[in-house]
Amino acid sequence: MSKYHVTTSINGEEVEFLCEAQQTLLDVLRDELELTGSKEGCSSGDCGACSVMVDDRLVCSCLVLATEAEGAKVETIEGMADGDQLHPLQQKFLEHAALQCGICTPGILIAAKALLEKHPDPSEEETRYWLAGNLCRCTGYDKIIRAVLDTAAEMRG
Amino acid sequence: MDDAPHYKFVGTRPIRPDGVEKVTGRAAYGADMVLPGMLHGRVLRSPHAHARIKSIDTSAAEKLSGVKAVMTAADMPEIPNELAPAGEMMVNFREVSDNILARTKVLYDGHAVAAVAATSPSIAEAACKLIKVEYEVLPHVIDPVAAMADDAPVLHDHIFTEGLPEKPSKPSNVAKRIEIGTGDIEAGFKDADVVIEREFNTAAVHQGYIEPHACLANFTFDGQTTLFCSTQGHFVVRAICAKVLQMELSRLRVTASEIGGGFGGKTVVYLEPLSIVLSRKSGRPVKMVMSREDVFRASGPTSGANVWVKMGIKKDGTLVAGEAVLKYQAGAYPGSPVQPGCMCAFAPYDMANVKVVGYDVVTNRPKVAAYRAPGAPISEYAVESVVDELAKAVGIDPIDVRIKNAAKEGTRAAYGPKFGPIGYLDLLNKVKESEHYKAPLGKNQGRGIAAGFWFNIGGESCATININEDGTIGLVEGSPDIGGSRASMALMAAETLGVSTDRIKPIIADTASLGYTFLTGGSRTTFATGMAVTQAAQNAIQQLRERAAKIWDIPVEAVEWEDGFARPTSSNAGDFEPLSIGDIAAKAGKTGGPIVGRAEINAAGAAPGFGAHICDVEVDEETGRVTVTRYTAVQDVGKAIHPSYVEGQLQGGAAQGIGWALNEEYIYDKNGKLDNPGFLDYRMPVASDLPMIETILVECPNPNHPYGVRGVGETPIIPPMAAVANAVAAATGVRMTDLPMSPPKVLAALGNANGGGDD
Repeated sequence: MSKYHVTTSINGEEVEFLCEAQQTLLDVLRDELELTGSKEGCSSGDCGACSVMVDDRLVCSCLVLATEAEGAKVETIEGMADGDQLHPLQQKFLEHAALQCGICTPGILIAAKALLEKHPDPSEEETRYWLAGNLCRCTGYDKIIRAVLDTAAEMRG
Repeated sequence: MDDAPHYKFVGTRPIRPDGVEKVTGRAAYGADMVLPGMLHGRVLRSPHAHARIKSIDTSAAEKLSGVKAVMTAADMPEIPNELAPAGEMMVNFREVSDNILARTKVLYDGHAVAAVAATSPSIAEAACKLIKVEYEVLPHVIDPVAAMADDAPVLHDHIFTEGLPEKPSKPSNVAKRIEIGTGDIEAGFKDADVVIEREFNTAAVHQGYIEPHACLANFTFDGQTTLFCSTQGHFVVRAICAKVLQMELSRLRVTASEIGGGFGGKTVVYLEPLSIVLSRKSGRPVKMVMSREDVFRASGPTSGANVWVKMGIKKDGTLVAGEAVLKYQAGAYPGSPVQPGCMCAFAPYDMANVKVVGYDVVTNRPKVAAYRAPGAPISEYAVESVVDELAKAVGIDPIDVRIKNAAKEGTRAAYGPKFGPIGYLDLLNKVKESEHYKAPLGKNQGRGIAAGFWFNIGGESCATININEDGTIGLVEGSPDIGGSRASMALMAAETLGVSTDRIKPIIADTASLGYTFLTGGSRTTFATGMAVTQAAQNAIQQLRERAAKIWDIPVEAVEWEDGFARPTSSNAGDFEPLSIGDIAAKAGKTGGPIVGRAEINAAGAAPGFGAHICDVEVDEETGRVTVTRYTAVQDVGKAIHPSYVEGQLQGGAAQGIGWALNEEYIYDKNGKLDNPGFLDYRMPVASDLPMIETILVECPNPNHPYGVRGVGETPIIPPMAAVANAVAAATGVRMTDLPMSPPKVLAALGNANGGGDD
């Protein structure tokens, strides 16, 4: 089976990879590029554990074909912290104990970051609807929502 | 009165030690590990609910380029029938083996029949499609009541109902009948002023962990095998794999990955033995990961059930009798949690006359696995619904009925033991006094309360405290951290040693590096492994005192340990500057060598968990949709070591229970095929479905634990179903007896109540 050659940008770095036609962006991130921070929970776009940004748009990377990343700008959880400086959302998730098992956390952090970039002052209801595509089975969402709202308040200063 | 001990670290909320790895995506979960030369494994599963396997032809799959190994049940040893403990249940390992890979019959849609390892996932999937399985399709049965009928298709020829006065003459789907009770049930009902009986049905629901089952096995030619997998208990995985593959335990080294949720469902072994066999056959490491569809079709949900409850109350609110019959589906093999269901049903009540009968029923569904307080949510949902009706019938507030009849210290539960100190009455009063319970309600809104009881367990745990040369501390334990337990372990070690948590690094050791530690389940980890950690720290302190005594050249009895320092007990002992752990560690080489505290225990004295939840709902009469508008979970937690993660257990359990109450269900078509094996159609609560989940922690310390811990993880899933149902009843006047209370069912019930719908 011949493979496709793709050139893309991931977390600000130019990256080239070869992929099969049916491989998703998530498959390539995890299996070819060893960026395993994006998680596979369902492969059907229902759980949000694989959330990444493609050209500033929040997407489930399990629903994007890897070849579609050609020429795109991809941002994953691995690029969220600035060196050893955590993003405020990452720090607040730790302070609020907003994760238990942590498998949904990378996807929720990516989605929450996209929310705050678009709406710096979201209401609780807006936050709940924005994150409705990210399943968490451990927390009941309470501490997640509080962490996001607290981060928003802090980032507004 | 405040005689509670004052702690410096226990009860604080430090950032969890594994937190940064988890918010940066660095933590390695089950599917995240890679080994050189690794193959990808896939499983071929049955499309039938019940069928005899006539033949399996793997030749075409084996010939496909890139396929390195194909296996069927013929590659697994034949296991004799025998019962042995596994996870939270007793298990027959022949059935375990048969569930891992079907030998003669497939018993449910999704039952594994063959497995393949290939150089890529796509080749492995293509190879599965080339395996030819010839089936003889048999009649199937999905519903537990139907499975109990005399003319039901029988799943197993070797199952004869246990627990009957005489051994039956023919095989049955009823694996077991059990009965517990106390007092005189008929006399009890005669004493009652009001008697209510109701029949309930609950749907099978899945644990719903977001991380699918995953593992990576590496079998080397001398028979040494390493296994990396997502599990609640890697020592239990080792035990089960060794049993079904007939390996020596010392040849199998299991490392627990970070675990992406389990809730009881990751106490079971599915892929691990397959990956070991495929690795042996191919000579290469083999990674296997379930798809979400596989998780739903083939990993354990908990039972759906049919429950009948009859209870009697006196006009003054005294509950005098409770009777129940529980029919729990076990799935394809015996072992539903009907026994704990029976034991818990009436446990929150100090009631003289109780009788509970339970049936363990096999059906053509995946074998059930433990799910958070296995069995209890089903029976207690039914009982708590009837208690709500009884309270209304005698005109007493439901909270007052619960307060009047509450089990307390000294109450003997119908299933046997007398309760020790419990905070149940205290927490019920907290419910009654809460702002939530008194808050006004709006139109179409109603409020319900319900209680919950769960035993909690202890069990085997090991821990090691390594005093490093610089005085920092390596804490080694064996309980996979599923919800922040490393933080709790660090806190208990910090409190005992008198040093702050940032100097303590907890790790979860593999099965070759620590003694046997039972799984993370039964709400045991903070209790039992916490007890081991505390004892290991105490053992380290003893050694630190001995070393200080040596340095000062005084008797060890003259050295005390206080706030992280060795000090002379009094000036009579000598005038010495206190020595820190770092001071002593720096000289360890000259005073006897490394300092290592250890504990290997079987923790006894787990104390039960009682809780009560308050739920407000709003019912949309047009659509039948029930929205939870406010929710409070109250629980006796013994002592909250890290209160944030204790609150998190209450909140998460409540959310799962709300899903169980309102949306979640396994739906089978007429051929016995699961119709909704995905998150789109198996609808778990999302963020926009829920309000904030308020918590009230009541702390009645467990006298058997050094810091008063009682298990907290399971109790929170018990009250929600009845709390929601009671709230719906309060809002609409309609008693819902079928879970889930999904919009079509609610709409139909409202229509019937209003004199029949027009659709």
